[in-house]
Amino acid sequence: MPLVSTNRLHKFFGKNHVLRGIKLDVEEGEVVTIVGRSGSGKSTLLRTLNGLESIDDGIIEVDGAKLEVDCADAASLRALRLKVGMVFQQFNLFPHLSAGQNVMLAPQVVKGTAKNETEDIARRMLERVGLAEKFDAFPDQLSGGQQQRVAIARALAMSPKVLLCDEITSALDPELVNEVLGVVRQLASEGMTLIMVTHEMRFAREVSDKLVFMHEGKIHESGDPQAMFARPETPEFASFIGSLN
Amino acid sequence: MMSFSLWDIVRNLLIGGALTLLLSLVAFVLGGATGLLVLLARIGKWRAPRALAQMHIELFQGTPLLLQLFTLFFGLSLFGLDVPAWLAAGLGLTLFTSAFLAEIWRGCVEAVPRGQWEASSCLAMTYWEQMRHVILPQAMRLSIAPTVGFAVQVVKGTAVTSIIGFAELTKTGSMIANATYQPFLVYSLVALGYFILCYPLSHYAQSLERKLHAAR
Repeated sequence: MPLVSTNRLHKFFGKNHVLRGIKLDVEEGEVVTIVGRSGSGKSTLLRTLNGLESIDDGIIEVDGAKLEVDCADAASLRALRLKVGMVFQQFNLFPHLSAGQNVMLAPQVVKGTAKNETEDIARRMLERVGLAEKFDAFPDQLSGGQQQRVAIARALAMSPKVLLCDEITSALDPELVNEVLGVVRQLASEGMTLIMVTHEMRFAREVSDKLVFMHEGKIHESGDPQAMFARPETPEFASFIGSLN
Repeated sequence: MMSFSLWDIVRNLLIGGALTLLLSLVAFVLGGATGLLVLLARIGKWRAPRALAQMHIELFQGTPLLLQLFTLFFGLSLFGLDVPAWLAAGLGLTLFTSAFLAEIWRGCVEAVPRGQWEASSCLAMTYWEQMRHVILPQAMRLSIAPTVGFAVQVVKGTAVTSIIGFAELTKTGSMIANATYQPFLVYSLVALGYFILCYPLSHYAQSLERKLHAAR
């Protein structure tokens, strides 16, 4: 039984049919990277997985939490989001809270965990991303790379079953990309289930168990990243990797 | 004929000024509290309160304050309700203030970037949890400068209540002017009174604006 599975996933933006019947299974501990040209639907797919985008048809199931098109009520959304963490391109830290408070907020408010306990969690999570000493720093005092690591710690504090990463290094200066990828690499090696959208192809090849190439709202080709890069099966994927170099 | 010293004039104007200040405070505090409720209804998910809030805002923004006061003062007495001037003044300004503050604050809530909603949604927060812990604290910060700026409008708006006979600064001034035959002196002093009340507020609003912009 896969940890994350979607079936017959359809999504329209107005008349634009952006997801055309996505079936995607992700096993526990698997690292899956979704690639594709802009407009291929990769970010939309990622954002449907925790209900940030509603779906027009199909089903999403994460570790028993089910989201169906006709019963996407607040309770099932919440159940799904408790299993799925997300990190964004623009970090989206809460600017009025310190790094530590950013990490503590959701466990405290959503799970009702006691304050001293959430503080322990926050210190542990910030240590995990190498920012133990930044507990009291505010987001605007941190570099982009540090902010993104705090965002990862914030997601981890809710102990999600799977972490979605939506182009999390795209807004960073080049010299800051590696510190964030390092954290992701470490999470992958610890057995965290990860689904990412990224333009860092070398990194994707290195850490992914599975590569998914999206084209025109469909999963066009998927499989082992090394094999796919060595022998692309479809002309679209071949032209996509050709355009990267 | 009675004669009035400058001190007599100033002393009476000070009493009027105190009532202007009191009325401004009441309107601002009660109007702020009402405005917060109107705001929550206006941006909330329930349709009926949203429509009501919108009507409230459009009604009080779309009519002159003077006519709102007339309607309260003369209209309610048609129904046998004897509304004293101070009550009509306080109630009218409160409703007026609430409509404007609700709309100012709505702008501030909408100025909080969408990513903040998305990030807090992803952490499984409910709408009210997002509002309370993520959105309103940030919107509040944005709203301080325009809110203090609007307080200046409230202070000046209290002058209109002189028409229904509430003895605030302007009304006191016109009574003294009639008794002393020195309208230029008296009204200049009245204007000075408003300036003394408003200048620190607008100055404070400006410095807040500078400070909060620098901090972003």
